[in-house]
Amino acid sequence: MSALIELSGVTKVFHEGRHNALVALEGIDLAIEEGRITVLKGPSGSGKTTLLTILGCLARPTAGRVRVAGEVVSNLPETFLADMRRRTFGVVFQQFHLVTGLSALTNVMLPAYPTGRRHGEIARRAGALLHQLGLARLAQARVEWLSGGEQQRVAIARALINDPPVILADEPTANLDSALSAEFLGILGGLRDEGRTVILSSHDPRVCDAPLVDHVVRLLDGKLAA
Amino acid sequence: MRRWISRQALLIDYTLSALARRGGRSLGLLVVYAGVVFLLASTMLFTNALRSEARAILAHSPEVLLQKLKAGRHSYLTQADLDRLGRLRGVSRIEGRKWGYFFDPVFGATYTLMAPASNSPGRGKIHVGDGVARTRGLSTGDTLALRSAAGGLHVFTVERLFSPESSLVAADLIVMHPADWGAFFELPDDVFTDAALSVVNPLEVRSIARKVGDRIPETRVILREEILRTYDALFDWREGLLLALASMAVAAFAILAWNQASGLSVDERREIGILKAIGWDTRDVLTMKLWEGTLISGAAFFLGFLGAFVHVFHFEAALIAPALKGWSVLYPRLVLTPSVDAVSFLTLGLLTVLPFTLATLVPAWRAAITDPDEVMRGTT
Repeated sequence: MSALIELSGVTKVFHEGRHNALVALEGIDLAIEEGRITVLKGPSGSGKTTLLTILGCLARPTAGRVRVAGEVVSNLPETFLADMRRRTFGVVFQQFHLVTGLSALTNVMLPAYPTGRRHGEIARRAGALLHQLGLARLAQARVEWLSGGEQQRVAIARALINDPPVILADEPTANLDSALSAEFLGILGGLRDEGRTVILSSHDPRVCDAPLVDHVVRLLDGKLAA
Repeated sequence: MRRWISRQALLIDYTLSALARRGGRSLGLLVVYAGVVFLLASTMLFTNALRSEARAILAHSPEVLLQKLKAGRHSYLTQADLDRLGRLRGVSRIEGRKWGYFFDPVFGATYTLMAPASNSPGRGKIHVGDGVARTRGLSTGDTLALRSAAGGLHVFTVERLFSPESSLVAADLIVMHPADWGAFFELPDDVFTDAALSVVNPLEVRSIARKVGDRIPETRVILREEILRTYDALFDWREGLLLALASMAVAAFAILAWNQASGLSVDERREIGILKAIGWDTRDVLTMKLWEGTLISGAAFFLGFLGAFVHVFHFEAALIAPALKGWSVLYPRLVLTPSVDAVSFLTLGLLTVLPFTLATLVPAWRAAITDPDEVMRGTT
């Protein structure tokens, strides 16, 4: 297995230079291998979400270097970074963050809008993803009418619309019951089987201890734990 | 290029759905915005149309008018005065004109009674303007009785009504035979209210005016270009007055637009954060916001201008005409010729569309530079 994402000496400081400066990550060296499910595990405030955002190029490190597919991305201009993020990562948020007032289908289509692909092409792909996730009949339903599990599946379909090789999920089971968590893990297993890399942040034992997880990264107070 | 067009189409699609989701607010903004454009455009269209109308009508009026003054007041010219003018080089025709005012106490209106030297109605017959006919309920064949200042009752038969198209200059007009006019005002046959001079070469009007002044010093010479300038100044002043009032509406609207745009709601900021987190960049968000501003301002401008066009040229500018035309019992019924001045159109567009679009862009940019990870942390 080759390392798809590599972090060397990554540090993240919030409010740097101010009296309330907070060191969220310190000296992280990490390699995320392609085609595996990696879980970032740790208690609240340990830096899981911050590390996930840096891995997914949603935030820049204060110091250190991030490589994605061998290319250093930590100092790319915003436009290039956004383009790379769009092509490489799909994100499933803890609160799902769907745009209310829009249908499930439109929500799924949103990440593809800036790509300039044809509307019909994007709609077909979004419809197929919803069908694959068992939501075909709810494609035109407004997302606020859906249950928590359905909303999460819409969020997963949205993360997949640009066919990214990497899926990031932040505390994905925090708002789900056991049955839905198991269902979600099943979907993740399917994504891995398709060859995608999956990175999760979680402190849920149902996720961390799941047999399908390939790699667990333990964090404590912003540092990698042994 | 195809990708660029497709991208714009998708961003417009999203913008329209966002506007629809904020339906009440979007509609309110559109209505206020269109109302401001309507007011400004109505004023501009109406005053421009009045100017054009005045120019078109005055194009056929004499180049030079002559009035006699006595003790600084308007007096009557006599045939002897006109004879003193003799033959002026460059003047093709000198015509003494008979006209005067008559106040109708029954209707509180003032009429202009006129007796042209040629093509006048026969004795006892009159031609009346649209305003007089409307006020007195006259039609062809009816009789009109007027009591002169001396107390005598004069009865005329309406022979012809002037068309509404001539209303701007003929609304209050009653045209009669010169002998009837003299009898009504008790004036001798050889007196004239003023004289009209037709000039062969329009470039010579000033020189002719000087010569007239030399020959009959106790006169006032009025040039057609001066009348046009007076009309322009009058309409400019009234337009300016209304535009000054309208500018307050524009200012209020600008504040509303700024407030609306800068006060991006928590939901909107959150939405922008989500879009950035799922792969949109600052440029995409700004383009979307630019389309939002353009769609709102474009629609408001189109609706406001269209409404103003219909208001001015179909409904005779009913809402603003009293302020712009001035007060009169006999308001002319104006059927203005529809025309749009390109400069005014562009100026209005620049004054309304551009500020709004810019007002929405700055706060949108501030929201658009939000780090996408703020959504992940729930701080947006």
